[in-house]
Order: sequence, then C-alpha cells, then structure tokens
Amino acid sequence: MGFARAATRFWKDEHVAITREEVLHVARLARLELTDDEVERLTGELSAILEAVSKVSELDLADVPPTSHPLELVNAWAEDEPHESLPLDDVFANAPAREGDLFKVPPTA
Amino acid sequence: MKIDTLRLTAEEALGLIERKEASGAELHRAYLDAIAERDGELHCYLRTVEAAEGEGVPIALKDVISTKGVETTAGSRILEGYVPVFDATVAARCRTAGLPTIGKTNTDEFAMGSSTENSAYGPTHNPWDPTRVPGGSGGGTAAAVSAGLAPWGLGSDTGGSIKQPSALCGNVGLRPTYGTVSRFGVVAFASSLDQIGPVAKNVRDCARLYAIVAGKDPADSTTVDVPEVVLPEGESLAGVRIGVPKEMNEAEGIEPGVTAAVQRAIELARELGAEVGECELPRSVEYGLACYYLIAPAEASSNLARYDGVRYGLRADAEGYYEMVERTRDAGFGDEPKRRIMLGTYALSAGYYDAYYGQAQKVRTLIAREHAAAFERFDVLVSPTSPTVAFRLGEKAADPLAMYLSDLLTIPSCMAGLPGLNVPCGLSEGLPVGLQLIGPQLSENTLFKAGHALERALGFDPVPERLR
Repeated sequence: MGFARAATRFWKDEHVAITREEVLHVARLARLELTDDEVERLTGELSAILEAVSKVSELDLADVPPTSHPLELVNAWAEDEPHESLPLDDVFANAPAREGDLFKVPPTA
Repeated sequence: MKIDTLRLTAEEALGLIERKEASGAELHRAYLDAIAERDGELHCYLRTVEAAEGEGVPIALKDVISTKGVETTAGSRILEGYVPVFDATVAARCRTAGLPTIGKTNTDEFAMGSSTENSAYGPTHNPWDPTRVPGGSGGGTAAAVSAGLAPWGLGSDTGGSIKQPSALCGNVGLRPTYGTVSRFGVVAFASSLDQIGPVAKNVRDCARLYAIVAGKDPADSTTVDVPEVVLPEGESLAGVRIGVPKEMNEAEGIEPGVTAAVQRAIELARELGAEVGECELPRSVEYGLACYYLIAPAEASSNLARYDGVRYGLRADAEGYYEMVERTRDAGFGDEPKRRIMLGTYALSAGYYDAYYGQAQKVRTLIAREHAAAFERFDVLVSPTSPTVAFRLGEKAADPLAMYLSDLLTIPSCMAGLPGLNVPCGLSEGLPVGLQLIGPQLSENTLFKAGHALERALGFDPVPERLR
C-alpha cells in the first residue's frame, strides 16, 4: 500500500486491518462496482484512514450527548398549502431514459 | 472605457455602475475578456456564461450551486451534462440582486478536497505561482477573485473549502454561521456541515455579498433569522477581546513563516486596541480532524446515494437495474468520493456505528462546548487558516491523510457551526498567509469589523506579484 502515513498526533497510530472481503461487502452496501485494482487500493487506504480516525475512541464519552446538528432547531413548520410542482417535462429534462411519465430503468429481476 | 479587472473591487465596480461609467454588461464582458486572456493557464472556470443578465456587479459561482439553464457538475463526471431546471436559492438571490453570472468555477469533485486537484475536469492553478495549488475545494472561485477574473464569488464550505483556498490565494473568504445561508439547490456533501459563503478581495465586499445571500429560506428548514449586516468602517479594535488558542497556533506542522505572519497580525491587533489573551481548545484541535473524517464521509455516503443513474446524470449500460446502478457509480465517481463513500458506509454499518459515527458525534459535542467556553472570555479567536502556504500540485495528491491535514485548523469551528473569516495577513516564501478569525454563532458583524480593521492596518496587496 503506497502512501506514507502522516506522522502526527492528530491521527491515531493503531493497526486496524480491513480485509478484502469487508471492502467488497461495504462496496455492495454502497452500490459501487469496484474494479479489482480499486478493491486492492481501497483495502490499504481504508485501513490507514480508519486507523487514523479511530483516535476518537481514546476519549471516554459515556456521559456526553451526541451532536447531530450544530443548531438547536426544533420543528421548522411550514403552512400546509398546495403549490405548483415542477412541470413534468422539467422533471424529466435530465433523465437518462423516460417512458411516458415514468423514469425507465432496466429490469430489477 | 477599458476596464482593468485585476484590481477592481466589487465596491469599485458598483461605483462605476452608479456613476454610469460602466454597465453591468460591460463589466461582465471585461471579466470574460480577462478570462480569455488569463484562464487558459489557471483553469478557474469550468464554463462561462456569455449573456450578461442583470445590471449589477458580475459574480462567479462555484459549480456546486445549481444555476437554471447552466450546466452544473460539482466537478464530477457523474453530473456531466446536467443542466438544472431551477436555481439554488443563493443563485436566485444573486439574480434578484441583478448580479450577472460570469461562470461556474472549478471545485474538487463534490467539494471533497483541499487542492482542487480532485476535479474530474483538471486542477486549478494558484495565480501567485501556477505550479502550486489554489487550495480547495473552492480553488476555482478563490483563484478567480485573486487573478481579477471575478470581483467576488460564492463558494461552499464543509470543513474549510472557502477559508483555506482564500488563505492560499490571498483573499477574503467567509464561512458563515451554519443556517444563515440557504443550502437549497446546492449539491450536498455533508448536510450538517455544508455552508455557502462569499469570497472577495476585501472584507467590505465580503460583507456586501453576505448581505445579499444570507437570510431565512422556506425551502431550507435549517435556515435561521440573520441579524442585519453592518458594513465595517472603523479602524479601531478597542474593546474587542481576541483569544489566541494555544493549540491552534502552536500545532505540529504549522510552517514558521505562517506563524511569523500570524504573530505580526496579532501584535497589530493589540496596537489597534484589542485586548489579546491566550486560551485553550485542547480536544477541538487534537480530535477535530478524526471527528470530521467520520461525520463528513458518513453524511456524504448518504447524500451521494442519489446518484443512481435513474433520474439525472450519468447512466452506464447494463442488463439489470442493480448492475446499472453499481456500474454508473463506479464509472461516474472519482477516487476521493469513492474513498469517502466507502469510509462513510463502513462507519455507519451495523456493528461499527457506535464506535465510529456515534463516538464522533459525541466528540462534536465536546468541540462545541470548548468553543462556547472560550467565547465566555473572548469575542474572536484567531489562528492561521492553513498550516502551510500553497503547496505544489501533485505534492499531496497520492496521500489522502496528508491532504486531510490541510484543514486541521479550519475544521474545529465548522464542527461547532461557527462563522470563520479568512483575512490575508502577509507573505511567506512569496505566497499568501491567511489569518483565521472565528466568532460565536451569528457574530458575522464582529468578524467583519475585526477583519476590516486588521486588513486596513496590514495593507496586504491582494493582487499576485506576478500579475502586477
């Protein structure tokens, strides 16, 4: 695996090994058809990056609540009023394939 | 009259229009001429807009911002040929304000990167030294403003994509408080972090553009009411309490020339009447980068799921549906989005969620708390924006972790949703150094005031030496 680890305290230096099988599993979850070369490269790169970001595990944060969003916003309401949607020709303007008022795709089975 | 765009600020351009010395269309033409002359070398623009619409000061828009009728690719092959059928709210606000679009500027693919080298359409070059990167992801907008190819522009910032390129190109960039500028119609990367913001030659122009685009938007439920923008005027910093976070100013990897320029700016702030004191953000700096590189890829893996070859964008040929989706995504995404989609999908997957994503969300709380504590004592925190000046093209391209370190000092405040302003504060090795000013949420006016006073006192010339 080709890239030099940045030697710094901002990353953790602990071995996390990602296997080829795990990469293929995650690629399937992410719907990415990777080439063999990409699978090999990502196996090394993801191991190194996961090692680095595992630094967050150094902290004991059992009592700290998670932050999912930087603002303390609760329920942004909007009036429930009908309004015009995009015309269908606009909706389909960038579609790779259209049939009538439907997006056309290859069969799922 | 012949308009020289190299030094022209937006305020000066506005003066030309108000005095009827130039029209919006003439200004627009002058920028297109400058682009024809200088952009072959720099590649700031992915495409220009020939027709000038509006009688105001022309503007450059980062190519993550949807523009009705103008191709918008986010620097990705997967969106090649995609022509939005509606404007992003920020594009619509620029249109309403009469600002003609000059063109769409280059970006790292899906705004993922710190050098603009991840653009599927080739890198942008730094106008101060074309062998060097302009920073990223908004390298196109930043380089365009510095090279006089736009008086101002809009960028997007997730972990530093406005502030860091502004630092490397020597101009002023604001990442506003999360929620002050609508994200509607902007290609999403990490939704709890993404913010749109202005880039300009000086702080007043930056404030003017912020005033045009900021404000609550019914189409983006995360937007908030924004205090009225006050254009900065004074030169005094009397009464402003400036904190110098030790870890942000002494972090490993900050170049000596960067430290020296920032220290001079801090001294100057003191001379202008600011109360300057030291403070600490220990865990924000030490854990910020790791926290960001879990949360941002996790959100990206979800946001980028929409590129499936069904409704818009690239579609690869295949017999079956799932095969089509997987092939489309492999063919359409470049290396960095793939890396981040994989990392994010892994961090969110069963068995790893709590250890990675869940833990990173808790670190995010710590970072917000540390900043809140610092703002009990200080109005503004200062540090270098980037640990280094512009680095050479290719220098970090093969080493993702080294590239990620470029955003070490911009990331912590982004995690806390805080506004940050880059103001150029000098040169090191002949290249611009950026000073980062961070404030509490909705403190943009304070940042403009402090940035403006410092900018006046520093007297930095934003035109690259080789173009003067």
